[in-house]
This record gives sequence, structure tokens and C-alpha cells, in this order.
Amino acid sequence: MAAGDKSRLDGSALATVLRILLPIFLALLVGALLLLALGKDPLAYYGYVVKRGLLSPTGLQASITRMAPLLLIAAGLIVAFRSGLWNLGVDGQFLLAAVCVAALAPGMAAHGFGDVITLGACFIVAMVIGAAWSLIPAFLKASHGINEIISTLMMSFLGVSFANVLIKIPFNDPTTTVPQTATLPVEDRLARLGDSTVHWGVILAVIMVVAVHWMMERSSFGLKLQIVGSNPRAAIHAGLNVKLLTYAAFAISAGLAGLAGAVDLLGVHGTIRADWNPAYGILVIPLVFLARFNGYAVIAFVFFFAVLMIGGESAARRLGVPTFFVLVLVALLMLFFAVTEFLDQARKKKTGA
Amino acid sequence: MSALLTEAFIGSLIFGALTAGIPLLLAGLGEQISEKAGVLNIGLEGMMLFGAYAGFAVAYSYSSFTIGFLAGGLAGLATACLMALLCVVWSMNQIVVGIALTLGAEGLTALLHHFQFSRSYPRLPKAETLPLPGLSELPVVGGALFDRNLLVYLAILLTVFMVWVFNRTQLGLNLQAAGDKPAALDAAGVSVKGTRFAAVLCTGFLGGLGGAYMSMVGGGLFLPFMTGGAGFIAIVLAMLARGHPLWVLIGAVLFGVSLSLATALQVAGVNIPTDVIQMLPFAMVILVLIIFARHSYLPPALGIPYHRGER
Repeated sequence: MAAGDKSRLDGSALATVLRILLPIFLALLVGALLLLALGKDPLAYYGYVVKRGLLSPTGLQASITRMAPLLLIAAGLIVAFRSGLWNLGVDGQFLLAAVCVAALAPGMAAHGFGDVITLGACFIVAMVIGAAWSLIPAFLKASHGINEIISTLMMSFLGVSFANVLIKIPFNDPTTTVPQTATLPVEDRLARLGDSTVHWGVILAVIMVVAVHWMMERSSFGLKLQIVGSNPRAAIHAGLNVKLLTYAAFAISAGLAGLAGAVDLLGVHGTIRADWNPAYGILVIPLVFLARFNGYAVIAFVFFFAVLMIGGESAARRLGVPTFFVLVLVALLMLFFAVTEFLDQARKKKTGA
Repeated sequence: MSALLTEAFIGSLIFGALTAGIPLLLAGLGEQISEKAGVLNIGLEGMMLFGAYAGFAVAYSYSSFTIGFLAGGLAGLATACLMALLCVVWSMNQIVVGIALTLGAEGLTALLHHFQFSRSYPRLPKAETLPLPGLSELPVVGGALFDRNLLVYLAILLTVFMVWVFNRTQLGLNLQAAGDKPAALDAAGVSVKGTRFAAVLCTGFLGGLGGAYMSMVGGGLFLPFMTGGAGFIAIVLAMLARGHPLWVLIGAVLFGVSLSLATALQVAGVNIPTDVIQMLPFAMVILVLIIFARHSYLPPALGIPYHRGER
């Protein structure tokens, strides 16, 4: 299960469904035991999460809206992971891009630039900032072979603190008491779809995931990235420019994380307060794994997770179970996923497949 | 600027550097053992966090620092046990498992903190110190360096002990072989998986101990997410030290200085936004990586599970 593994279609459909549903079931089960230990009713909690995240119209719309940044981050991670690169710095890339867009958008809107120009400029700036924040890890990896796990994580911590400095000093809105950026008027934000509260950034995000999936599966560029990912030495022998491809994979991955920041800001928040860090990236990483880097599966998992997040946030207010519980669920999901993966491999080895 | 050179400033800088540096030293030395044996332990942050929580919770309920430290180390050890089972015995992806453990530790300790301590925020009393006779009376540095908790001296002694283990013992050779040429170790009749398993357990214990020092001595209380990336910095320290424990010590002190600069500058009356200060250690890691890029060294078999007979 290296980062560059391709998704495979093997075994019966039943086995595939089991392999995905079993970890989810086990994670929810252990989560339920934890809730019991904390003196909470697990059935009430899960029921409430489903009710508020999936069944109520406002909850469902909130869940779908939440998918936008998660999907864009996931799209970037698919590119990185399939290229054998562990971009674990998406949170810094996301937040820095979001903060810069938060400063740019209200200014441009106030100066009477049209929506198209403002949004276009914001998207481009966000992608460039995200990509720029991955430049040092890309350089260290491409030129010196330094492990990108560490360098991207360090850049992420650095980026989150730097974003706070930006919010508190140069981009601070002096009219508010809490340090935050100027607020983008609601009419200048991303347009809603019909009567819903869902903005069109979600559609953009779905398109991006499908596009990235197509790029990695069907285009020659994607194939080259996959070769670099699965066997760098073979890639050099095949005459591929491994350095350039490494930079490209980093830039696309981090650029999409930056775009996620722009969409979340322009679609939902309109302003950023100091010390806001949703840390979406570190939560999306397990989902992308669970989906075996497959774009369509990612969409399904992100939807499941968005429901869990939105429902979990309501439950935190209502039932007194902090959202930290969702973190524990994700960790359990990842561990059980790893275990089922292992058992699956062991079974295959035994049957000689 | 003359305020920067006062006794109070230098004293608080050294004191803070050591307080912030000891958890990094313990965790960094621990990580070095794993890395040497060929396991990249990304879950170190989670092990520290469990150690920080368990150390504080136990020390608080039993009013004993010794039992607290032991609990912290054991909590890290237990986490490492899970990691070793999944990654060493079952050959799972070390990075996925490491991230999962860190996420789980963040969630679980924050959850437990919420239900136990978030209403009262209890604090531990100041940790007992062991003044070294003579040395602790030195001006300026005496109190900051030689009137510290017993664990501080033990951590520094551990560095020396590890130099000896790595360079002079069969155990050190075995560790090195497990990371450099696992097949050779196997051929010599020593279990690769056993060696790696033991190495990961050592990492867990030391990481947990480092976390416990952070909550029990450094802060006197537990806060959610309190390790704040220290585990990852420790991984970098181990990576840049190229297998030499003394370099982990030097690195830990340097990072300790950059972490403690904030408090020391406030003592000196200089006000810099805390976010700028928080950037310092991470900026330093990046800078060090760029400057010493060529010199960082990781064992060839790092991160690769061992299967007998595979090439």
C-alpha cells in the first residue's frame, strides 16, 4: 500500500463492499463503546448526527456545502499521493490562501471590479499562494531527496502561524474588536444554487475531483506522475524529467489546497478570525486512503464525512459531546481500514492470488 | 537593548530553553532509536500527547511526580505497542498508522480533558528540584541549569548512555543493521522484527516521558493539543542528527532557545506578537533543512517493512 499504488478492481463486488463497510462499522462500534464509557448514549448521539447532518434539509445543505473545501483538498491529495509524494502540509496551504483571498476579495469588491474578475483573481491568487507554499518542500525533495513528510508538515505549522500574523497585523479590519479580516458582503460571495444555501463552489469541487481522476488515469502526464510515484529509478531510466514532475505534482496538489481555501472563504465565511484553523487537510488524508486514491470513491467518502462533521457539530452543542470525538472516529476508521487491508492481503497470499 | 543582557533575561532564557528542550531531547533520542532500526515513527506526536495526558492525570490523582512520569512513559509505550504491532509485525504503512495514532491521540486526550478537567483546570504544584551541590549556587546560570528536576539530569545522562550503546555494544550494531541491511541481521540469526519492535517500544516510552515532562513540569497542567508539533520537531532532530545522540542534544537545546525566546523577551520588556515567536522553531527547521540538506541521513531500509527472502 505505497503512496503510489493504483486502485485495483479485484475480488468480488461483495468483498469490495465489505472491505469498505467493515472498517466504518468497527470504527462506529468502538466509538460507541467510548461514548458509553464517557456516560453518553451512543444511539442517541449517532441518531442525532444522522438527523442533523443528513435528514434535516438545512443540515443536508450544510453538509453538501462543507464538501466543497474537502473535495478540493482531496483532489490535490490524489495527485500528490498517486505521484508518491506525501503532501501533509495542506492545512498551511489552505489557510494561507484563504487569508490572502480574505484580504483581496473585499478590497476588489469595494473598488467596483465585477464579480467575474474578482472571483477569477481570487482563485488564481489562492492557487499561486498554495503552490508557492509547497515550493521549498518540492525543492528539498527534487534536489536533495529530503523526505517531504517532514518538510511539508513544518511548512504547514509555519503557514498557520504566518496566516495568524497576517490576520492580526496587515490584514486586520480596524473596525472590529476581535482581530479578523474585512468582511466580504454576502452579495459578493459565490452564488447559491436555486433556493438552497449550497454555493456553486461544490460543483467546481466535484468537477475538479473528476478532472484529477481522469488526469491520473487517462492522460500521459498522469501516467508519467504515476511512474515517478511507483518507481523513481525506472522513471529516470525512462528518460522522464523527475525533478520537473516532482515540482509539478507539488504545485498542482498545493494549488488545489489553496483553491479550497478560496472557495471556503468566498462561499461560506466571508471573513477569517485570528486562530481559525479548521485543519481539514489532516482529516481528508485518511479519506483519500480509504478511497484508494479513486476520485469517485473520494466523493462518496467525503459526503459521509461531511455529514459526520456537520452532525457532530450540532451534537456538540446539543448533547455535550465535543467535536474531538469526530477526530477519534477518523483515527479508528483509519486503523481499522489498515487492519482490513492487511487481512485482505494475507488472505490473497494464502489463496495464491 | 541593554535590557537584553540582564541577569533576569539570561536566566529566564536558559531556564526556558531547558524546559522546552528536554521533551524534544527525550522524544528525539527515542525517535533516533526507531529510525536507526528502520522504522519512521510518525506517531511520535501522538505518543507524546498520550504521555502528557496520562502523566498529568496520574500525577494529579496520586499526587506523585514519580508515578506520573512512569504513567506518561507507559502511555507512550502502550501507543508504541499498537504501532509496532501494526507496522512491524503486520507490515502496514508506517505513515498512515502514524497519522492515525496522532489524530486519535489528539481527539481522545482532548475528549478526556473536556470531561475531566475543562471546568476546573487543575494545576500540579511546582515540580521538586534537585539542586546539585556547589554548581547550583553559581551566579546567573546556577539556578537555571543546576537546580532542576531529576528527569533533566537523567535525560542528559541518557544521551551519553546512548552514544555508548550505539558505538560500543552489540545492541547498537543490531539496531544499525536492522535499518541499513535487515537481511544481513536476519542472516546473523537476529530477529529483524524483534529488534524493530523493541526499538519502537523504546521510542514510545521516551516520547511519552517527554510529553509527561511537558505537561507536568513545563506547564503544570494538561491542555488539548498541547504538544503543538513538538513530536514532529523531534523527528526532524533525529533525522538531522544522522544517528548521533549528541547532535540531538545540541539541536534540542537550540530549539529550546528559540521556543523560550518569547517568555524571555517578555521578561526583558520587549513585546513581539506570540504568532511571530511561534513561527521561529518551524522556520528554523526549514532553514536547517535547506542549509544542511545534503547532510541529513536516513537508513536505506527506513519505512520499508521487512519480509524474509524479499529483495
